[in-house]
Amino acid sequence: MRRYFARKLFIYVVTFFLAVTIDWLIPRFMPGNPVQNMLSRAAVRAEAAEVMYGYYTRAFGLDVPVWQQYLNFWNALFHGDLGTSIYLFPTPVTKVLMDAVPYDIFLLLPAILLSWFAGNKFGAFAARTKRLDNTVLPLGYILTATPYMWLGILLAWAFGIVLDVFPIAGAYSYTMAPHLSWTFIGSVLKHWFLPFASLFMIFFGGWAIGMRNMIIYELEADYSHYLEALGAPRKLVRKYAFRNAILPQLTGLALQLGVIVAGALVTEVVFSYPGIGYLILAAIQNQDYFLIQGCFLFIIIGVLLANFAIDIAYVLVDPRTRKGMTGETA
Amino acid sequence: MKKQKKKNEFLYFALRNNKLRIGLIVVLFFLVFAAVGPMLTDHSPREYVGPAGQPPSSEYWFGTTTFGQDVFTQFVYGLYPVFLVGILGGGLGTLIGMLVGFTAGYRGGLVDEGLNVVTNVILVIPAFALLLIIAAYLTVRGFVVESIFIGLTAWPWAARAIRAQTFSLRTRDFVDLARLSGMKPRKIIFTEIAPNMMSYLVMTFILQFGGAILIAATLDFIGLGPTTGISLGMMMQYAVLWGALQLGMWWWFVPPGAAIAAIVGALYVMNVGLDEVFNPKLREM
Repeated sequence: MRRYFARKLFIYVVTFFLAVTIDWLIPRFMPGNPVQNMLSRAAVRAEAAEVMYGYYTRAFGLDVPVWQQYLNFWNALFHGDLGTSIYLFPTPVTKVLMDAVPYDIFLLLPAILLSWFAGNKFGAFAARTKRLDNTVLPLGYILTATPYMWLGILLAWAFGIVLDVFPIAGAYSYTMAPHLSWTFIGSVLKHWFLPFASLFMIFFGGWAIGMRNMIIYELEADYSHYLEALGAPRKLVRKYAFRNAILPQLTGLALQLGVIVAGALVTEVVFSYPGIGYLILAAIQNQDYFLIQGCFLFIIIGVLLANFAIDIAYVLVDPRTRKGMTGETA
Repeated sequence: MKKQKKKNEFLYFALRNNKLRIGLIVVLFFLVFAAVGPMLTDHSPREYVGPAGQPPSSEYWFGTTTFGQDVFTQFVYGLYPVFLVGILGGGLGTLIGMLVGFTAGYRGGLVDEGLNVVTNVILVIPAFALLLIIAAYLTVRGFVVESIFIGLTAWPWAARAIRAQTFSLRTRDFVDLARLSGMKPRKIIFTEIAPNMMSYLVMTFILQFGGAILIAATLDFIGLGPTTGISLGMMMQYAVLWGALQLGMWWWFVPPGAAIAAIVGALYVMNVGLDEVFNPKLREM
């Protein structure tokens, strides 16, 4: 088990290093000069602009050699300093992100976990049950093939406009300030429900289909036939099949994280939900170097943490990795 | 002679597999629609042709937009890029996946570890975020450029899957024999290993095809897709941007999403059907 984790940890460290380097690199090769951009929006006199340009370039640390900028970036990173947002000047990027991240966690964690559990259970249940397999599973294919924003738009239209039971923009009512009361919590939940539901449904379809296909493979494996030949009850055979099929599904969750992030991004855009996805779009439209960097960094850290959690779950679920046997090295 | 028989057997099961048949019919329907559709309309996608915000009628089959553009025209013109991006982006993704997967799986050792790290990095760095930046960089973009972006970032899971398959094939006797006979690694991969996982490669391509379509729709929706032409994702973007939701103009945003869901869904169903054709154990009794 130690070897398993040492290996994983090594890969994580290398990945983190490379990812952060790329993260640092890319915005610097973006078109347009952010400081110039900001100043042109402020529209000041020419000589004043020059002074301010010098000031902001220093303030953002763009006046030192590139290698120094890179080292500074790492140094600042470890001090939790991600620079100052240009688009929301003078709010520090860290603060902007900290305001947004809770919404992402609140939206994504339940959607991912619930859909994974429910989808796997349902997929296993539907496999080789002729009626379910032919009626409900096609629905699963359609769901998993549905573009995220389209389902979001449909739900917003049906429940927000036609039935008018759910709000379709923001994280809570515009007339309220965040505070602790039942009406506020109610408003937050009401705004959360539609984006959550649209993400949940699409994820659910994918997991259900994946599980159904895995279970069919497992039920055709030798050990299943052997158990059946021994006269084991159908329920027991399925239980073993499920345990084996859940492993690739766990790996699948790690592989799907990138798609999940993209899905969350457009869903947040459709519902104007103030998470990181919504921020990224604003940051890119305003050419906000530091905010883009910060958003990516948070996504990378989030994805790495999720991967790590999945690795731990893998050890818990698969005894082979615990006993030092190689098992599946995903 | 033997090969002939095997092919017939494949066709026999392929033609009798309902999932494959249904999937294929839906995909072909949209493909024909994409080819013939533009001939059914006299307008161009962005032309202002009639009254604004009309629901579907005999004159405007899918209604009109807030600006009086014909939704049907936009829809049929938007179908073609779906297939273009799918084939180019999905194809490129599969090719890179094969290249990395074969090399890592066959060589093993340090090469494998190195490629594994690369794959992991691409997986963790949200490919999507990367696409966002590159799209912001290139101010003039077409569908081909978009497909290449997608192909360059969508390959990691294909590489992993192909690597695992190669890994298990590489220790088989026939591969050992080829190696003993002095065959070059590249030749072994293409004449011994690849043909034995052909079904797997075809299925990987289909999944990449569908995935590329969905990524393209997402990119177009955010406004980082191509700067010219029209696509289904752009239609949804405009619909949301110009208040189709609030005005209840469902005919504007329902068709493009429905078409994407139908095409990609049909591809996925085809994939399961193919799986059953290639793998006799999975066929339903």
